[in-house]
Amino acid sequence: MNTLDHIEAAYLRDDVPDFGPGDTVKVHVRVIEGGRERVQVFEGVVIARSGGGARETFTVRKLSFGVGVERIFPVHAPIIQKIEVTRRGDVRRAKLYYLRDRVGKATRIKEKR
Amino acid sequence: MKAILGEKLGMTQIFDDDSRAIPVTVIKAGPVHVTQIKTADTDGYDAIQIAYKELASKHVNRPTAGHFAKANVPPSKHLVEVRVDDAAEFKLGQKISAADLFEAGAKADVAGVSKGKGFAGAMKRHNFKGQGASHGAHKIHRAPGAIGACATPARVFKGKRMPGRMGSDQVTVMNLDIVAVDAERDLVMVRGAVPGSKGTVVVIREAVKANG
Repeated sequence: MNTLDHIEAAYLRDDVPDFGPGDTVKVHVRVIEGGRERVQVFEGVVIARSGGGARETFTVRKLSFGVGVERIFPVHAPIIQKIEVTRRGDVRRAKLYYLRDRVGKATRIKEKR
Repeated sequence: MKAILGEKLGMTQIFDDDSRAIPVTVIKAGPVHVTQIKTADTDGYDAIQIAYKELASKHVNRPTAGHFAKANVPPSKHLVEVRVDDAAEFKLGQKISAADLFEAGAKADVAGVSKGKGFAGAMKRHNFKGQGASHGAHKIHRAPGAIGACATPARVFKGKRMPGRMGSDQVTVMNLDIVAVDAERDLVMVRGAVPGSKGTVVVIREAVKANG
């Protein structure tokens, strides 16, 4: 996709922090409700990053009232106000889909040090 | 009719003002040169011939080189005729760029040769339903099924849809939104997909059915 790099370049954000699978992030999302804009925070573990360039996305998984919730964000989406990395995880694979089959203690991720 | 020749560069996505992602196809469009002008007096109808993608002169034979020389245009790879209302508006050798013809927000039709699919079965080629996965179906899961009756008419009708070569057809996608036109780099971005693979030569023209 090198030929399209210069087109995508205009849409890439330069304020995206360095994060990857295993990291815990707080994603501040702009939500428009009835003409009013507010910021919602989605906090969870990044279980995957996929794609490249302007189409790159990441998946955040969290437990909400005992139910697993996953949300996929485009990395360069303008609706994201900011991404905060709260914890660096030490994991051995790029996609942490195995977390979906685990509950409780088994979902813990080692902290990187 | 406004039309220009171009080359499909590929697809990507961009974000609009409401931060929605829009899938776009990027097309390197033109610049093209007018190589021939047809008028009602000389040819019975009004049209222009446009040439795209310059070539080294060693790659064209002498008759073709003469055709380009007549219009004082560098030899080019692709020639296409475009019907116009009044061919007198154009000059021989005139250079046309995408930004002269199109602007963001307008609609366009894009035509090109689709990707070849090879010898395809009836399910892929004609959207047949195929047959059951179970209920005793044996080795006929993707077969087309019956192709006609028996002693009457005792033949298969012409045009019966069957497996065969699929793709590599001229396909026109109509009423695509033009998302952006980059005058500097001669790029046109349209919303959605256009026929062919990267590098396919496509014709972009103003939408003929834009008003319903």
